[in-house]
Amino acid sequence: MAYLDHAATTPMLDEALAAYVATAREVGNASSLHATGRRARRRVEESRERVAAVLGARPSEVIFTGGGTESDNLAVKGVFWARRAARPDRVRVVSSAVEHHAVLDAVDWLADHEGAEVSWLPTDAAGKLDPALLRAELSAHADRVAVVTAMWANNEVGTVQPVAELAAVAAEHGVPFHTDAVQAVGQVPVDFAASGVSALTVTGHKLGGPTGVGALLLARDVAATPLLHGGGQERDVRSGTLDTAGIVAFAVAVETAVKGQQEYAARVAALRDDLVRRVREAVPEVVFNGDPDDRLPGNAHFSFPGCEGDALLLLLDAQGIACSTGSACSAGVAQPSHVLLAMGADHDRARSSLRFTLGHTSTPADVDALIAALPTAVDRARRAAALRTPR
Amino acid sequence: MKVLAAMSGGVDSAVAAARAVDAGHDVTGVHLALSRNPQTFRTGARGCCTLEDSRDARRAADVIGIPFYVWDMAERFHADVVDDFVAEYAAGRTPNPCLRCNEKIKFAAVLDRAVALGFDAVVTGHHARLGPDGLLRRSVDLAKDQSYVLAVLTRAQLDRAVFPLGDATKAEVRAEAARRDLAVAEKPDSHDICFIADGDTRGFLAGRLGETPGKVVDASTGAVVGSHTGAYAYTVGQRRGLHLDRPAPDGRPRYVLSITPKTNTVTVGPAEALEVSLVRATRPVWTGGDLPDTPIGCEVQLRAHGDVVPATVRVDGDGLTAELRRPVRGVAAGQAVVAYRPDPAGDVVLGSATITG
Ligand SMILES: Cc1ncc(COP(=O)(O)O)c(C=O)c1O
Repeated sequence: MAYLDHAATTPMLDEALAAYVATAREVGNASSLHATGRRARRRVEESRERVAAVLGARPSEVIFTGGGTESDNLAVKGVFWARRAARPDRVRVVSSAVEHHAVLDAVDWLADHEGAEVSWLPTDAAGKLDPALLRAELSAHADRVAVVTAMWANNEVGTVQPVAELAAVAAEHGVPFHTDAVQAVGQVPVDFAASGVSALTVTGHKLGGPTGVGALLLARDVAATPLLHGGGQERDVRSGTLDTAGIVAFAVAVETAVKGQQEYAARVAALRDDLVRRVREAVPEVVFNGDPDDRLPGNAHFSFPGCEGDALLLLLDAQGIACSTGSACSAGVAQPSHVLLAMGADHDRARSSLRFTLGHTSTPADVDALIAALPTAVDRARRAAALRTPR
Repeated sequence: MKVLAAMSGGVDSAVAAARAVDAGHDVTGVHLALSRNPQTFRTGARGCCTLEDSRDARRAADVIGIPFYVWDMAERFHADVVDDFVAEYAAGRTPNPCLRCNEKIKFAAVLDRAVALGFDAVVTGHHARLGPDGLLRRSVDLAKDQSYVLAVLTRAQLDRAVFPLGDATKAEVRAEAARRDLAVAEKPDSHDICFIADGDTRGFLAGRLGETPGKVVDASTGAVVGSHTGAYAYTVGQRRGLHLDRPAPDGRPRYVLSITPKTNTVTVGPAEALEVSLVRATRPVWTGGDLPDTPIGCEVQLRAHGDVVPATVRVDGDGLTAELRRPVRGVAAGQAVVAYRPDPAGDVVLGSATITG
């Protein structure tokens, strides 16, 4: 079994799992006033401080959530609502064409249901955003813009965006800037304050923590209207009894991942480079997608001309190799990736794509297994794709 | 063998996949997404390509413990089955889309793709027997027998087909599904044409072909006895829904005798006029032995779940004729004539052809 899908989710770190189990054995609602509640609260607040410390934020800027999707929705909708409430003509949302669906669909929802006007920033062929285009957009419309949202690193092709430059442009125009850093934290250096962003999404299960726990880092001066109403546990922006064990394990994972980032990135990037070189040798026609330099260390993304990614995935899966087509499913049917299309790929190339992502448990044996299985899989997938033209 | 199990989300295909695993095959489950817009069939649809069906199929595959994928076959399905269905009606014929789907999708597009990907065969939950002798036979459950809609398959197609349910009745399949903890054990059968979710074939055709008013004419007198909004919506043998202005002189019911698309005319007449003793057909497929060069005595079936009649069948190049020993009413062009050889071990499909008249 070669698990080459760490960008989908990565195994929990031992220390995070141990912290989870130990904390989950304890009773305690962090909102309770008695000793048991105080103990839970201390665990949550210590966790908040740990997350803040390694991500360059103040503890009060850390809002625990139910993961990346919730943080993205809270940032996009919550900041939109709050900014529009302050000034009704702020109805514009600026986003990028390569966002994760958690941002993309939240923005689309605002357009469909809240009358938001949306400006989608294009990318270059490597999936990279150009700060000059954001500057042009904001020079023309800054007073109407409620929020700018652009991801730190792309989950499909691994391209890392010039986030600090983008955030600086937004700051020049006094517009809050949110970034989805789900794929970035633990992979590349991420510092909330230094980056200049106003809001940042992070989730546990992509960095060795539990699934269903994450955070939105939200600058103190940025207001967000809640998505969830209730006890107001998190700065009155997010309600719901806190998942003490999940939060503790999340904090341990964030801390471990961020502190080990440099060493991790060097090791995994070397393995990834080896994978890329050997895939190119095995299948010379492959097209390598994404930015070759500004790239997540564990990400390798290819188009296999004349193949369908779906077919390759099935064939590799049968050989015990787990990877991803990166494309979202609409009603169970794979759609060509909006990221590849935004990068200028045609439908065939988008459909021929496959993503291999390495992580903290990856070994050279995983790469060996892939290279052993790939040529036959490509050959068969090509024969299957050739049948697509009706006879 | 490495086999691909087509899983519709129903009980039959789930049990078929499980039986293929028990038989020692290396099984991969695939649900065919046939609708161009699955979301529109989200709830309440009775077809076989809804989102719920896809989930049911996936759940069954998980319980059986096999890999599962969704294959998008919507484009091919629409070109080869739906458009063909509409074109056949427009030409005054009565197609059988399940048969066409087997011929063009399950045992062509899907099978070819499976073979290219390294699979040896396709498994389906059809109720029909296909043994080591390579002969296609009726299911033991005659009420559920689907050999008619499989009779179009060629030798090459049958050689790569596996039908694990032929020796089981529907009741046995359901009981087995329950024993195997498959949640679809109690799922109702789908009866309708899967791409016409509300069962309104006439409405579907009107949507595709538009309404073209025309005349209903009496066969013996030539008199106009009614009107219609499109001749394509009628089937030979149909009695209901004719809305005739005038009763027949003899007061007996009248039936559709023929449809003439060129003049958009529906011709009606008495039941006896429907009787046919000679059936002509085209594009014969023969899998139950060598192609006969002399007339052979056998039984024929002229529509799904239709009566079986003794006949003498002749195959001549691209044509086939069946002389029926007793006349049959309501033989529609576009349906298949399937020849069977009676056999105590299950009637054997000899061959089939598409009825032209
Ligand atoms: C870039 C990005 N944003 C958001 C998410 C969603 O995060 P979660 O799974 O925690 O809801 C993911 C992961 O699926 C992701 O890759």
